[in-house]
Amino acid sequence: MAMKRIGVFICHCGRNIAGTVDVKKVAEEIGKREDVALATTYIFMCSEPGQKLIEESVKKYNLDGVVVANCSPTLHEKTMRNAAARGGLNPYRVEIANIREWAAWPHEDNPEAATRKAIRIINATIEKLKANASLEPIEVPVVRRALVIGGGVAGIQAALDLADAGIETILVEREPSIGGNMFRLSETFPTLDCPQCILTPKMNDVAQHPNIKLYTYSEVESVEGFMGNFKVKIRKKATYVDWDKCTGCGECLRVCPINVDSEFDLRMAKRKAIYIANEQAVPLKALIDENTCIRLQFEKKVKEGKIKPKKNVKICSKCADVCEPNAIHFQNNEEIVEEEVGSIIVATGFEVMPAEAFPELGGKYPDVLNSLQFERLLAPSGPTAGIPRRPSDGKVPESIAFVHCVGSRDPQSGVPYCSRICCMYTIKQAMLVKHALPSTAVYDFYIDIRSNGKGYEEFYHRAKEEYGVNFIRGKVSKIYKVGDKYRVQGVDTLTGRIVEVDVDMVILATAAKGSEGVKDLAKKLRIPYDEWGWLKETHLKLKPLETPVGGVFIAGAAQFVKDITDSVSQGSGAAAKAMALLSKPQLEKEPLLAKVDPEICAGCGRCKDQCAYGAISIDPVRHVAVVNEALCEGCGACSANCPTTAIQVVNFKKGQIIRAVDVLAEVF
Amino acid sequence: MGKKIMFYPGCTLKGVAKNLEDSTIESARILGYDFVELPNWTCCGAVYGLAQDSVKFTIANVRNLIKAQQYGKEIGDNRLVAVCSMCYNNLRRAHIDVMKNRDKLHTLNIFMDEEPDYEGNINVLHYLQFLKDDVGFDNIAKKVKTPLKGLKVAPYYGCLLLRPDEVAIDDREDPHIMENLLKTLGAEVVDYPLKNECCGSYHTVDKREYVAERTYKLVSIAKEVGADVIATSCPLCFFNLDRRQEIAKQKHGDFEHMPIVYFTQLMAIAFGLKSEDVLHFDRHYISPREVLAPWL
Repeated sequence: MAMKRIGVFICHCGRNIAGTVDVKKVAEEIGKREDVALATTYIFMCSEPGQKLIEESVKKYNLDGVVVANCSPTLHEKTMRNAAARGGLNPYRVEIANIREWAAWPHEDNPEAATRKAIRIINATIEKLKANASLEPIEVPVVRRALVIGGGVAGIQAALDLADAGIETILVEREPSIGGNMFRLSETFPTLDCPQCILTPKMNDVAQHPNIKLYTYSEVESVEGFMGNFKVKIRKKATYVDWDKCTGCGECLRVCPINVDSEFDLRMAKRKAIYIANEQAVPLKALIDENTCIRLQFEKKVKEGKIKPKKNVKICSKCADVCEPNAIHFQNNEEIVEEEVGSIIVATGFEVMPAEAFPELGGKYPDVLNSLQFERLLAPSGPTAGIPRRPSDGKVPESIAFVHCVGSRDPQSGVPYCSRICCMYTIKQAMLVKHALPSTAVYDFYIDIRSNGKGYEEFYHRAKEEYGVNFIRGKVSKIYKVGDKYRVQGVDTLTGRIVEVDVDMVILATAAKGSEGVKDLAKKLRIPYDEWGWLKETHLKLKPLETPVGGVFIAGAAQFVKDITDSVSQGSGAAAKAMALLSKPQLEKEPLLAKVDPEICAGCGRCKDQCAYGAISIDPVRHVAVVNEALCEGCGACSANCPTTAIQVVNFKKGQIIRAVDVLAEVF
Repeated sequence: MGKKIMFYPGCTLKGVAKNLEDSTIESARILGYDFVELPNWTCCGAVYGLAQDSVKFTIANVRNLIKAQQYGKEIGDNRLVAVCSMCYNNLRRAHIDVMKNRDKLHTLNIFMDEEPDYEGNINVLHYLQFLKDDVGFDNIAKKVKTPLKGLKVAPYYGCLLLRPDEVAIDDREDPHIMENLLKTLGAEVVDYPLKNECCGSYHTVDKREYVAERTYKLVSIAKEVGADVIATSCPLCFFNLDRRQEIAKQKHGDFEHMPIVYFTQLMAIAFGLKSEDVLHFDRHYISPREVLAPWL
């Protein structure tokens, strides 16, 4: 039943539209249509009087459809629909004609053409609107639980906020302990708090919170379902130790004969084959690394038939022998658990490029480290007890050079962007070196110092003035070994001279990227990411925590590298977003979804193949496509691929689109 | 006779760098290739014009490419090999330049009305690329008669083989192509951190002291990392590193001389070509004869 009493409201948008488009003439032209009961203009349709005008007009003229000609629907479609709804019109009988971005702005130099184009856009929109159906929002039930992926500071904050709000929260961390990169740090800028002091209370809160279920050494295996109703499979990796029994006493570590590089210490220290992630790990539990434990390796080879065990051979079981609670069982205890949640927060953090990626800057030498490795050498709880020493010979360095922007702002050998935190942590590290070793000479090569945070610039000046760090403005071109020293060859762009200094150690502030494996996780969640592994937000400015998948939010450095302040803020922000979602018993969903006409559908399945959301299945009995309304996002990919128009998006039917295109394509 | 391949010698090889030309042609002959000089070749221009509209800088090289196009059809091969780094750099960049900027090529084609148009299918290669990709290091290894066992070589690329990126024959910060060839010849390759540093280039004409300082640094570090000789492919690098040792020695009492050689000379020696007709050690300021004696 086509509409006969349409109201058209043309917005001036100040001078944005009216400065170019002759809005009076547009109203006049549109008013001539038989199906238009009212065509009027107003200076700001989005203002309260503008909305009131729509509301009142719907009542006064008994309108059966509304077109608002203004800006992009992403800005005010909802506002206008609500205004019309207050007047008693079904909100899905409101359409937006975008005459600002499509007519006024691009044709500022030709007002006459812009006016003609605006009329045409409105006419096309009316044609589309005329076949719009009245719709009601769809209601979906909500599981009042949340999942946080990643146990760094952003994930910890998100989990704590959710749990405090009474929402049962599952926190999944792939490392054996939560804490993330922040827990590796020596001290934090600009307050010089140590993470052992400020992060451990939060970590312990996570462990003890009645509303938090913690899965460490676990990874998300698969995600199914939709906003409000996700089904998540979590793989708990094999620890070969019964964590219910393990007390974290550490006796087993003392007797284990195998030494390997510690992941937590980024190769700056060794750990045993049976290990606890670090001394303040949460949870404080031991686990066996199956790739280095001689017993597990032996058993694996026997199982694979590679070796035949001799009789009565005694295989190492030293750890189990000393374990008083009998927690070590050497059994593969990997398991998959399933959890149902209503919302998911992804807080997978970042990683920094390895120094080895920059051989020209000496990355191949043992005493040339990346900054995160150096954090371990500066940390009081680290392998050198906070006094930096050269990994090659244990010597305390008499001179250290820091190099900023290694791989950052360098599209040819790294990434095009600024990694944002390096200036500040490098200044902090330079300061800490001076703290620990006042007589050590510190050279800091920078392009420019980016200290844009509260207290950051002051911190930089302290490093210069109080600590006497030598800041040299210029890039380093090469670092190589000469005798026992490393020669740093760079330029001082303030004096225009080449600079060469011989130092004992070099620290490279390498570029940050999204953490390893994040792309696979993003694929499981169906959320977008960029080539550097940063997860993509819905809108950089206005929706930084949202993703295009309803109910899935991002927080912290998973979106882009962030300092601690920003990561914590985002963790809380994402938690608030999830709470808003989970606070409702039912979720309302836009009803603009795909609908199948079973009379026409042949069940060919092309729509199913195209659906990115897994919303379509083929009914095996009736042999027709069926749409799961909770999953469907109304994108229309199915409709475009349907050979018979059996599947169409409601209010975007083929006839509507074709009639609109007919108007738009008419020859001027 | 071996397979015919077009060879662009460039001016220096016809003069002071006879040692580079002969060792290149003779080593190629051992590998089964007959390097035929491109007929009527002209100067490569020596320095590439950096101006965007530098049509005139490109003329000489495009003319060379057109000659290669004609002769290449005759011998049925479109490869044009250069061994002088600068010639390679100029020819390759000219080819890329006109392929990217068709307007420029059109202008040039109109201007050069006597020659046919350049069709854009000449494959300009540096000899090192040719050895790696077309000959293969495996095949080179088969021809080694005198492995350079025990000779410690510092490979030196300079700038023109690696920059700009579009003509680089290897990773511009950490190249390994020359290392791999030298290892194939049996030599011991030292990790030479300054392998892509600047030699001082044409400053050698009016600022000899500057260049002597570069030479002092480049040679001293090579010595520091244990090299017996420095190997290069560029006549200008060769000249600066070799001849400027004289001033370097006058200025720095601690300076120790080191012979500079072309990688092609080492290849010739490894292939058993040891006569002065091929090696021309008389062209070196610091003679490599003594250092290379065990393999000669």
